[in-house]
Amino acid sequence: MHFDTIAAISTPMGEGAIAIVRLSGDDAWKIADRIFQSPAAKPLCEQPSHTIHYGHLHDPATEELVEEVMVSIMKAPKTFTREDIVEINCHGGITSVNRVLQLVLTEGARLAEPGEFTKRAFLNGRIDLSQAEAVMDLIRAKTDKAMNVALNQMEGKLSHLIGELRQALLETLAQVEVNIDYPEYDDVEEVTIPLMIEKGTWVKNEIDELLRTSSQGKILREGLSTVIVGRPNVGKSSLLNSLVQENKAIVTDVAGTTRDIIEEYVNVRGVPLRLVDTAGIRETEDIVERIGVERSRKVLKEADLILLMVNSSEALTDEDERLFEAVAGMDMLVIVNKTDLPTKIDLERVYEVAGRDRVITTSILQEQGITELEEAIAALFFEGSLESNDLTYVSNARHISLLKQARNTIDDAVQAAQVGVPIDMIQIDVTRTWEILGEIIGDTVQDSLIKELFSKFCLGK
Amino acid sequence: MPQFEAGTFDCIVIGAGHAGAEAAYASAKMGASTLVLTMNLDMIAFMPCNPSLGGPAKGIVVREIDALGGVMAKVIDKTHIQMRLLNTGKGPAVRALRAQADKVLYQQEMKRILEEEPNMTLRQAVVEKLIVEDDEIKGVVTQIGAIFRAKTVIITTGTFLRGEVIIGDLKYSSGPNNQMPSIKLAEHLQELGLQTVRFKTGTPPRINSNTIDYSKTEIQPGDDVPRSFSYETTEFITDQLPCWLTYTTPETHEIINENLHLSPMYSGMIKGKGPSYCPSIEDKIVRFADKSRHQIFLEPEGRNTREVYVQGLSTSLPEHIQHRLIASVPGLEKAEMMRAGYAIEYDSIIATQLWPTLETKKIKNLYTAGQINGTSGYEEAAAQGLMAGINAACNVLGKEEVVLGRSDAYIGVLIDDLVTKGTSEPYRLLTSRAEYRLLLRHDNADMRLTEIGYQNGMISEERHTKFLAKKAQIDAEIDHLRKVTVKPTEEIQEIIAAVNGTALREPMKAADLLKRPEMKYSELCKVVPPLEEINEEVAEQVEIFIKYEGYIEKSMQQVARMKKMENKRIPENIDYDAISGIAKEAKANLKEVQPLSIAQASRISGVNPADISILLVYIEQGKIAKVSG
Repeated sequence: MHFDTIAAISTPMGEGAIAIVRLSGDDAWKIADRIFQSPAAKPLCEQPSHTIHYGHLHDPATEELVEEVMVSIMKAPKTFTREDIVEINCHGGITSVNRVLQLVLTEGARLAEPGEFTKRAFLNGRIDLSQAEAVMDLIRAKTDKAMNVALNQMEGKLSHLIGELRQALLETLAQVEVNIDYPEYDDVEEVTIPLMIEKGTWVKNEIDELLRTSSQGKILREGLSTVIVGRPNVGKSSLLNSLVQENKAIVTDVAGTTRDIIEEYVNVRGVPLRLVDTAGIRETEDIVERIGVERSRKVLKEADLILLMVNSSEALTDEDERLFEAVAGMDMLVIVNKTDLPTKIDLERVYEVAGRDRVITTSILQEQGITELEEAIAALFFEGSLESNDLTYVSNARHISLLKQARNTIDDAVQAAQVGVPIDMIQIDVTRTWEILGEIIGDTVQDSLIKELFSKFCLGK
Repeated sequence: MPQFEAGTFDCIVIGAGHAGAEAAYASAKMGASTLVLTMNLDMIAFMPCNPSLGGPAKGIVVREIDALGGVMAKVIDKTHIQMRLLNTGKGPAVRALRAQADKVLYQQEMKRILEEEPNMTLRQAVVEKLIVEDDEIKGVVTQIGAIFRAKTVIITTGTFLRGEVIIGDLKYSSGPNNQMPSIKLAEHLQELGLQTVRFKTGTPPRINSNTIDYSKTEIQPGDDVPRSFSYETTEFITDQLPCWLTYTTPETHEIINENLHLSPMYSGMIKGKGPSYCPSIEDKIVRFADKSRHQIFLEPEGRNTREVYVQGLSTSLPEHIQHRLIASVPGLEKAEMMRAGYAIEYDSIIATQLWPTLETKKIKNLYTAGQINGTSGYEEAAAQGLMAGINAACNVLGKEEVVLGRSDAYIGVLIDDLVTKGTSEPYRLLTSRAEYRLLLRHDNADMRLTEIGYQNGMISEERHTKFLAKKAQIDAEIDHLRKVTVKPTEEIQEIIAAVNGTALREPMKAADLLKRPEMKYSELCKVVPPLEEINEEVAEQVEIFIKYEGYIEKSMQQVARMKKMENKRIPENIDYDAISGIAKEAKANLKEVQPLSIAQASRISGVNPADISILLVYIEQGKIAKVSG
């Protein structure tokens, strides 16, 4: 295929030890050779494929030294895009990586559109549609578990499951068809309404199950949005720091955000926590009033988990009680902190207002109770069953929306069957369900799909 | 052989079977001077197999032919011995008429109609060669050297191309029913570069009705209600003949199993691919060994003959085995065989060499229609004949070509399947081949196609006026039911109770009440009388439209989605080789079929959704590499 050569920064924008600029296309090696010099002065074009080379980048126009780099060269077709690929590993930091990118663009590469590398992999027949989507999730995966979901999907686990549902529908449909086309033959058993209801209900339940686990899939990908609330000086910042320090922060400072909305990603026993906006709430005098402010309310509303902290060394205040009311009904852990100080809080009352939510006593200062807290977070998320790697999560918004459509359509079919609509009408919805499920795995062509799909890819992959 | 000029026409039709008759009628009707050349004028519209027309999908095709102005429906309405509406227990989308034909009367009536048609010349002759200049058809040459020149030629030679009849280990060159095969023309078509494939089909033995013990069989009468295929038919045949049902026995199965080695199907003598939906009795017993019995329908071949067609016993076993097979069936113990069953092998043209107008891609103005294109069935043949005839005439008259879409008609499905997918075995139309069968109903063929027939001069003014009136009545009544409110009166509650419905609690629109599955329009009419008196046909349309509105709407949405893909045209001279992401097999098939739209491309076998996605992205980006020059 005759595509031009594209380039983009393939690592997240921000401070890091190294950053990678990737080129893909017929001229990738040629462009790299124009700017790269190895100590041995041997051109990359004469090197074997899938090797990595140390050297320096020079600007051919000014002869100026730009960067000290490691360059990986890969010859088509055994590459991600099935095109010639060059990956320039340079020093991290926005300035240096941008200079490298500018240099390759000056030398003839074109800035890649969002998702264009994956698009080429797809266009060149390297990956199928559902795999292409999984690649996007893989890039965004924030913990090992999320990585597994993405990997499973790439290996076709979701495709397999959907395939099974489609097969069941297809078999029922085929039988209906034979009844219609050969009405006088007694060779094939008439598909009865009860059979249709039975099959349809089964498919519906399977889709429901997929949708149920899909919310976990979304969390695995995007992180469990977690908000720490509590009165001033109850220990919220200590808890935040403790969680961040103890667990490796995965991503910090998402591009386009500033420090006043803090989003720290931490991995707590496999659960990706996205600690949101704690700074904003921490600095406010009257927390409850602050919660009344729309933005904070929104943060709270979107939270998957609330960590509500109270002070063990002080009596429960009105403010504490109002805080409990404000977050009632949400997934919550109650943390009674500062157990290193003399206890003044009425624990009975804490358990009472906490209701069915778990109460954990900690002394963050003395690093006590943190293990219990982490275990409680993990237990809450995994519900004891979700830790298995075999589960197929649906973690992609397009998939979820199609599954919902399929569910409604098959539900229509089942309901129509129950009120005695003729079988050849019911068949229309069954066929439609089959088609929608096909769209998930790319088995039914929908032309808008492609556009929508690739516009979602982030730059560089 | 000295050649001589014998005449010039707008259109020549070679063959006068079901495809040829319909093609010639359409072309002449539209105003093109038409010559029919057939080997035997006594065999016009002959039925070499089943003496029956219609059934699921096929019956709807017959109605579509009528709506477009073709003749098949009118002929069968006049010459049937029995008619039935099938699938009445299911919804309206799959109902279909089937008729048992009086074979001889059918032929005679068709011949009479063709003879009566102005612009039509019938001639008995054997065509051996086509005159092709610069890849364009110019005429034909017959066995005796007569040259007929024409602007267009339609070949409808059925199973005659290098036909070979096989019974047991006997194999001889022959057309169906021991007619002359067409050998030279077959060879000539290959010389012209048209690719052919070998297909096989078969027919069961015929037996003498006087020797059947009907007391051991079940009677299968026609419907009591008068029925017709044609929307123009006003006189109905009331005197119907029954068919009869009996079954094979363990003895039948034993005879077949013992003599399988004598069957040319299994001895390897027959190489052609047979239709899997219409298997021989040998096939049925080998492939479905666990079935203890198979149905056998006894169908009279006409009113003035005692010959009975033994449907379900299609076989090419040797004749003496066929005798034993027949005798093993209850009621046929003493039956006398009049004609033996046989298999026939023949050449058919690979249909992907055709445009959707049925014109060959290779030779301009040459069309092929019917069984020669790999189909089976009289209805499929007639439908193609009609479309080839219409398009040949359009071609001659400078009118726009007529291509029916998959959402317009079963005929559209049939032709699109043929030219897009080709076929690896004789192709039979099935309702399951249609994606939008709720729209392609038996009852609304006129609504779908009359206008097209009218625009092409195939439908009379009188009929068109009637059609418009019917349409207006339907629309008015649907509108009426949507506006009228039914109050919970005692009368309506009684009607609802009678059909086990839920009583009305508050007033409801009449249309909404009719949407209830248990509610019938005929019942509703008692409280909401129609605006003006309407006949049953109109009532049926009103009822189906309102009752299944939700489903019709869904189908329409599907059609809209498909149309979007249909509107994505693939540029001419697209260079598929330049698109390396497309799989090898898909590429080869795309090059062969030359699809006109993305929708058509997506239906080509071996072309996967991934290939289509790539094609789409390419077209959208305008990155299609053009063929050089």
